[in-house]
Amino acid sequence: MTTFRLNGREVTVKGPDDAPLLWAIRDEAGLTGTKFGCGIGQCGACTVHIDGEAVRSCSVPTGAVAGRAVTTIEGLGGEHVLQKAWIETQAPQCGYCQSGQIMQAAALLKTTPHPTDAEIDAAMGGNLCRCMAYVRIKKAIKLAAGQGARA
Amino acid sequence: MSVSLDSAKDSVAPSRRGFLVTVSAAGALFGLSAPADAADSYGPTLWYDIDRTGIVTVHIVRAEMGQHVGTAIARIVADELEADWSKVKIDHVDSDPKWGLMVTGGSWSVWQSYPQYSQAGAAGRIALIEAGAKLLGVPAADCIARNGAVVAGKRSVSFGDIVAKGDLSRKFTEAELGKLPMKPVAERRLIGKPAQARDIPGKTNGQGLYGLDAKVPGMVYARPKLPPTRYGSKVTAIDETAAKAVPGYIRAIALEDPSGTVPGWVMVYADSFVAADRAVEALKVTWATPAAAKVSEADLQARARALIADKASGSTAVEDPGVDAAFAAAKSTLERTYTTTTALHFQMEPVNALAFEKDGKFEIHTGNQWQSLVLPWLAQALGRKEETIVLRTYLLGGGFGRRLNGDYAVGAALASKAIGGKPVKMVMTRADDSRFDSPRSPSVQVVKMAFGEAGRVTAMDHAACAGWPTLAMAPFFMPKGANGAAYDPFAISGANHWYNVGAQRVRAIGNDLANETFRPGWLRSVGPGWTNWAVESFMDEAALAAGVDPLEFRLRMLDATGRNAGSAPNAVGGAKRQAAVLKRLAAKAGWGKPRPKNTGLGLATTFGQERDMPTWTACAARVNVNPATGAVKVEKLTLVTDAGTIVSPDGALAQVEGAALWGMSLALFEGTAFENGQVKDTNLDGYTPLRMGDVPDLDIEFVPSTEAPVGLGEPATTVVGPAIGNAIFRAVGARVRDLPIRSAAVKAAMKG
Repeated sequence: MTTFRLNGREVTVKGPDDAPLLWAIRDEAGLTGTKFGCGIGQCGACTVHIDGEAVRSCSVPTGAVAGRAVTTIEGLGGEHVLQKAWIETQAPQCGYCQSGQIMQAAALLKTTPHPTDAEIDAAMGGNLCRCMAYVRIKKAIKLAAGQGARA
Repeated sequence: MSVSLDSAKDSVAPSRRGFLVTVSAAGALFGLSAPADAADSYGPTLWYDIDRTGIVTVHIVRAEMGQHVGTAIARIVADELEADWSKVKIDHVDSDPKWGLMVTGGSWSVWQSYPQYSQAGAAGRIALIEAGAKLLGVPAADCIARNGAVVAGKRSVSFGDIVAKGDLSRKFTEAELGKLPMKPVAERRLIGKPAQARDIPGKTNGQGLYGLDAKVPGMVYARPKLPPTRYGSKVTAIDETAAKAVPGYIRAIALEDPSGTVPGWVMVYADSFVAADRAVEALKVTWATPAAAKVSEADLQARARALIADKASGSTAVEDPGVDAAFAAAKSTLERTYTTTTALHFQMEPVNALAFEKDGKFEIHTGNQWQSLVLPWLAQALGRKEETIVLRTYLLGGGFGRRLNGDYAVGAALASKAIGGKPVKMVMTRADDSRFDSPRSPSVQVVKMAFGEAGRVTAMDHAACAGWPTLAMAPFFMPKGANGAAYDPFAISGANHWYNVGAQRVRAIGNDLANETFRPGWLRSVGPGWTNWAVESFMDEAALAAGVDPLEFRLRMLDATGRNAGSAPNAVGGAKRQAAVLKRLAAKAGWGKPRPKNTGLGLATTFGQERDMPTWTACAARVNVNPATGAVKVEKLTLVTDAGTIVSPDGALAQVEGAALWGMSLALFEGTAFENGQVKDTNLDGYTPLRMGDVPDLDIEFVPSTEAPVGLGEPATTVVGPAIGNAIFRAVGARVRDLPIRSAAVKAAMKG
C-alpha cells in the first residue's frame, strides 16, 4: 500500500510496493492517459513527472513515490502550452505515445525554456513515436518554447 | 498483373450490394439498415444521419490508427452534402453486419470510401433541396444547399429544420445513386482545404480511449503464456506451484481453440495485470513442440533460394509470351539476388482485448483493423453465431497491419469463455507481442533482365519468395496466376511494375517453411516492402550495365504503352504520371549536380500498393557514407507523390512524413532474425526503430490533381530503402542487396 499525491490529489493504492507505478496509475487510480509500451523504460509512453522530473513509470516501483507528487498527462489540464502546440501542429498520428512525449517535453521546457534542436533531440531521444511523427513533435516543442512555455 | 483483385474486392464491397436507397424522414433507410429513431433523424444512406438540430453524424467503418481517417471521410460527405462542418460529428462504429466489409488496410480507406460517401452526400443534398424548396415555397431549381442550409435568395431553411418539418420522401436506386451529379471541382469547399483533424485533441490530453483502456466492473486480468511455436505446440503439463505464490494469482487454463488461431496458449488469470504478468513468469508449462521450433533465419532464406531455383514452383502472376526466347536471344543479360530479413510491426500498444458475455452477446473490446476477418474466427472459436458477437471499437495504438490479424481477440474471447463468459482483460507484454507478431517475412528475390541491341531492354524475369500472410489468414483473397496456381497478391505487388521491359515474367512463390514457422503478416505496404527493394535497386544496377543514367534509364521504360497506358477511373495516364513524378523529383532534388566526396543522391520510384490503385511515388535520398566504417547517414529525403485528389492536405502530408521515415527505419534501423523458431529481438533493447535525432531533412511535395483519390498510408514506405541503397552506391561505389542495410555490409561491398 502506497500513498502519494497524484495530480494534486492524495491517493492510496493497494498493490504491492514493488509493482510498477504505471499500473497503479492506470488500473488502481484509473487514469489511463499514461500508456504501456515496452515495460523496460525505453519507449517513453509511460512518462510521468515525479516531483517535476520526467520518469518512466513502468520502471519505478510504486513504493518509491510514497509521499511524493506524481503528475500525469491528465494533470497538465488540457490547456498547457504544449498541448495547444500539439494540436496546432497536428502532431499526433495514432497518439499512443503522445502523453509520454508531452510529459517529456514539459520537463524539458521547465529546465530549458528555449531548447536548441540538439537539446530537443537529446531530451526526446528516449521517446519512441512508432508513427514517426517526429517532425511535428519537434515543431510543436519549438512552437511552445517560442510562446514562453511553463510546465 | 494478369489477375486483378477487383473481383475479390467487389464481392465484398458494400458499394456493390444491390439494394434500394430510400430517403425518408420516416426512417426507412437502406434495406440493410436498422431504422433510427424515425422522428428524430434522417439518414439518406447508411453512411450518415442528420438530426433535428442539424447535426450530421457520419458513420466510419475504418479504424482510427493515426490517419485521421474519420475526418477525411466525413469531409468527403460534408462537401457533397454542403453541410456545416462545425455540425459534423464522426462516429467510429462497432461491428455490425449492416456495414458490410470492415477492414482498414491496403491504403484503401479514402480510395474506397470516396465514391460511396460522395454519392451519399450528393443524395442528401438533392433530397434536402427538394424538401427545403417546398418549405420555402419556391421551386427546387431556385435553391442551393450551402453550409448546412437550403438557400433561396435571402431566405433559407436549415437542414435541421428540414429534417424536423420537411417531407423527405425521395427514393434512389443504387444505379441512380451512382449517376448523381457530383459538384464540380471548383465548388469544393472542404476537400483539399486545410482542416483540424477531429481525433487530435483527445490524443493530447489522455482522454482518447485505446483498447488497452477498456474496462468493465468485475473484470479479471490475464496474460497468455505463449507456446514455443505459432503452430503445433501441445500442452503436456502445467505446474502451478510457483505461480500460486504470486499474490493475486487466480488460475491457469490451457485454451481449447476449435478455430486453430491460438493453439497451445495457456491463459494465466489474476486480479491485476501485474499479478498476471508475474504469474506467467512463475508458471511452468511443458509443450510438445513441432520441428518449427528449430527454424532459423538462414533456414528460411535457404528454403526460399531452393524454391526459386525450382522453375516449377510458385505462381506466374505475370507471364508474357516470349520471355525465355528473349533471354536466349539477348546480347547480354544481368541477374541479381536481393534479400530482406524479418521485420516487426512494433506498434506501440501491445495487442490486448477485453472480452465478456452479456445479454446473449459476446463483446470484444479492442482495437482492430479487420473485423470482418476475425469475426468468423471468433464464431468458430466460441462455437456461436457471428451475429451474437460484437467488436467494440477503440483507438488503435498503432496498426501498420498488425491488427489486421485479430488473433489476440480470439485469445481474450476464449479466456472469457473458459470462465463462463466473465469479463477478462487480456494484455500481452511487449515481448509477447513481438514473439507472436505477424512479422514481415524474410524474402529472397532473383531478378533478371535481357538486353538487345544498343542496350535496349527486351525482357525481365522476377521471382520472389516469401512467407504469405494472405495464405495464412485470408486465402479467399488469392487470385490465380497464368499457370493456375494461386498466389498472395499483396506479397508480390510491385514486381508487376509499370516499366515497359518487353516480355515480362513475375513468379510469386510462397515460402512454405515460413508459413509453417510463423504467421506472416501484412506489414505496412506488405510485398512492396521487398519487391520495390529488388526492382528499384536492380534498375540502377541495370542502368549501370547498360551504360545509361539511372534517371534516363527509368524514363525510357515509363513510356505508358500497352498495359502501362493506364485506365479510368484510378490509373488515368498510367506510367506517364510515374514518369512525371520522377522528373519533378529529379529537378527538385538536384539530380546530376556534383556532390561532395562520399556523398551520393539515389533515386527510386514506385506505384505504391497495387496496379488498380497506383499512387505515383518517387524519392531521392541524399546520404553520406563514412568510408572507414560503412556507416550511412541520411541527410535528406525528397519525395514527390501523385495521389490524385488530396482530400486532407495536412493528413496526407503526415502520412507521407511518417511513411518515409518508416521506410528509412526499415532500411537502416530495424530488422531481426528467427532463431529456434522465434524472432530473436522482442523489445527495444534489441529492436531499434528510428528516433527523433535520426530524422533527416524532409522535402515532400504532392502533384496537384483532380483525378480519383488513391491511398497514402503506405506508398512512401517502400520507395525510401532502394533510394538509400542507390545513394550509397553513388556515394562510395558499394552495392548492397540485403535489407536492412548494415554498416558492415556497406564496408564489405566497398572492398569488393
